Amino acid sequence: MLETENLGKTYSTGDEALRDVSVTIDGREVVAMIGPSGAGKSTFVRCINRLVEPTTGRVLLDDRELTGLDDDGLRNARRNIGMVFQEYNLVERLTVMENVLSGRLGYVSNWAALRRNFPPEDVERAYELLGLVGLDGMEDKRVDELSGGQRQRVGIARAVVQEPKIVLADEPTSSLDPETSRDVMDLLTDIAVDRDVPVLINIHEVDLAEKYADRIIGLHDGALVFDGPAADLTDESKGIIYRGDEPPKSGRPVGSSEPTDAGTTDRRADREPLPAED
Amino acid sequence: MAGTSPEWRRFDARERLFRIGSVVVAAAVVIGSWEWLDMSLQYVATAPTQVGDLLGRMYPPDIGYLPNTVGPLAETIQIAVVGTIGAVLIAAPVAYISAENTTPNRATYALGKVIVTVSRSVHTIVWALLFVVMFGPGALAGTVATAVRSIGFVGKLLGEEIEEIDFGQVEGVRASGASPFQLLVYGIVPQIKPALVGVSVYRWDINVRAATILGFVGAGGIGVQLFEAIDSFAWRTVSGILLAILGVVLVSEVVSAYARRKVR
Amino acid sequence: MYGAVLSLVVWSVASLQITPGRFLSGLGYGYELIESMLPPETGSANTARLVDRMIETIAMAMVATVGGIAISLPVAFGAAGNLSPRPVYYLSRGIISVTRAIDGLIVAIIAVIALGFGPLAGIVAISFKTIGFFSKLFAEDLEDIDMGGVEAVRATGATRFQSVAYGVVPQVVPRFAGLAVYRWDINIRSSTIVGIVGAGGLGVLLQRAYQRYMYDYVATILIAIILVVLIAEFVSALVRRRVQ
Repeated sequence: MLETENLGKTYSTGDEALRDVSVTIDGREVVAMIGPSGAGKSTFVRCINRLVEPTTGRVLLDDRELTGLDDDGLRNARRNIGMVFQEYNLVERLTVMENVLSGRLGYVSNWAALRRNFPPEDVERAYELLGLVGLDGMEDKRVDELSGGQRQRVGIARAVVQEPKIVLADEPTSSLDPETSRDVMDLLTDIAVDRDVPVLINIHEVDLAEKYADRIIGLHDGALVFDGPAADLTDESKGIIYRGDEPPKSGRPVGSSEPTDAGTTDRRADREPLPAED
Repeated sequence: MAGTSPEWRRFDARERLFRIGSVVVAAAVVIGSWEWLDMSLQYVATAPTQVGDLLGRMYPPDIGYLPNTVGPLAETIQIAVVGTIGAVLIAAPVAYISAENTTPNRATYALGKVIVTVSRSVHTIVWALLFVVMFGPGALAGTVATAVRSIGFVGKLLGEEIEEIDFGQVEGVRASGASPFQLLVYGIVPQIKPALVGVSVYRWDINVRAATILGFVGAGGIGVQLFEAIDSFAWRTVSGILLAILGVVLVSEVVSAYARRKVR
Repeated sequence: MYGAVLSLVVWSVASLQITPGRFLSGLGYGYELIESMLPPETGSANTARLVDRMIETIAMAMVATVGGIAISLPVAFGAAGNLSPRPVYYLSRGIISVTRAIDGLIVAIIAVIALGFGPLAGIVAISFKTIGFFSKLFAEDLEDIDMGGVEAVRATGATRFQSVAYGVVPQVVPRFAGLAVYRWDINIRSSTIVGIVGAGGLGVLLQRAYQRYMYDYVATILIAIILVVLIAEFVSALVRRRVQ
């Protein structure tokens, strides 16, 4: 179970990318985080495993607080968080297998890592995952020989081989064509069910989010403005997420099932929300 | 297919053998070199202490000596300026004959390559030794040494630049009935002018650095003072002069970078 | 701009007092010098000494290249803005500037005074000059790498060492090899002349022959230097073409 409490990030430039975001993600749900570019989606995902250091708030994974851990503690915690990236973030001059096995680096010694000496179970799991993502027999290819879709499959295998307690995906489809995007989303949602882990996908294509996600989180200007089942995402809520329309008087993020103060700041009542166009 | 073999090796047996073999050969060469040099380990072990000791004697630098370095530093820069200009004047025809597309025939091409190679392979200080015999001690020998050393560098880079030029423009000039000299001035020079300026300024910058050591063989520049100070064990003067050299070299580097950016 | 350059040139020529007369009389001596160099010395004792020093030259360059690069590596990582914290960055850049600005022969003289005559001083001087060159260029390559892979490896819970080994090293290996060979080539050149100040190699012979006015032997040594340099340049170009 992943919880964030009032997570906030202000960059050294003074840019307030994230303010007071509190969410809880559990079970095997697929959560899509949507919002316009610059809304803080990437910052949020990176604050969870502290690739970006949050300035305020807490992150808890299975009740263990990640914020405030020292380097060793953080490394151990990161082993439980798989991450998939927009630009795949593979090491291009390494082979497919080396990239997948790099997901196990947190469990092997520096010396073993240098010698590419991984335990047989890890190797077996890596082969199995390569089969699952449809890259059978490609293990010794160098990544720079692969297509974008194949690279993202390697990225997914690398995240899953970690045996994580949660998978984070940062815009996993935005460098891919529509068909490949759907394949990748299928893979990510299958993983949630098969591995019994929650998957948090930050994505800008709303149609993909609605089609694949169980639950949708909307960010606008760094603040949480929507949190609810995908079915509850109305045109009105899209307007709030994408154009910053004022939420209705309830004072809570639209669709939110529990009280939170996010999205309520600077609220001016009695303004009609504009119709959504997305 | 999945899980058929938990065995996975980054390299197969032959690749591993080759990699291990390469490392062994490289190590053997380096260790063999070390053995051949037959250096007493005792010296090696005390080397850091010795160097540290010397550096300690250099501190603090004798700032009071700095005014005395102004004249020799100016001479160092002058040697670099005149040496570079001399080199460019000689290197231009050398570049012309060592470029495949402008050289008159194979013999001139070979001659161009030989000049470039000999000039580049012999260090400034060695050229200076020879020219001190010819011109006697002083800045003239140093200037000629700087020039001769730079011919290869400038000639090579300019020659490569000439090989890149657009021959259509040259033919255009030729078609108008131009003489070979006019062809050079109107067809070729305009095309290589930015490279000419860039290479000259860059080489001047290198020559400022090189000219600091000419004094060791009596060929002028700040080196004369530096080596006198070293010979008389005036270590604080030595470090003062080194600081002055550092300053001049850094300034000339900035000037050179600025000038090269401007011509581009 | 042109005015400034022109006045710099006029000032230089005037101050150096280079007159056509001095220049021409020098050329006359040059003719005599060349005559006394020909034919180059080929006596067996001197040739044996020459071969000995050639091997010493190459051996010095080998050890200095390996030693210099070993010291350069931490400096290069320190001078890569994307991988190192600010204070380390400025320190490393400072080391690079200083080691680049001082000419190799000056370093060699100081090394000879501190460590005595012989190849050790040469190795120290050449290693020192390797630091500035190698660290500067390698740091630029490190700054050009794609940080995405490094970030991803870090996100899996890898140690700092593992992130470098998996994320950084594979990206820079070819450039590293190319630079190392290139620097080896330059070090061979330096190694041929540091002997002029007593730091071992062919330069030692050159200095002695010169002081005894044995210009025919000087000619032989110069030919040997050119040969060694050419072979090194050829090997270096060959290897660099293969790795890149």
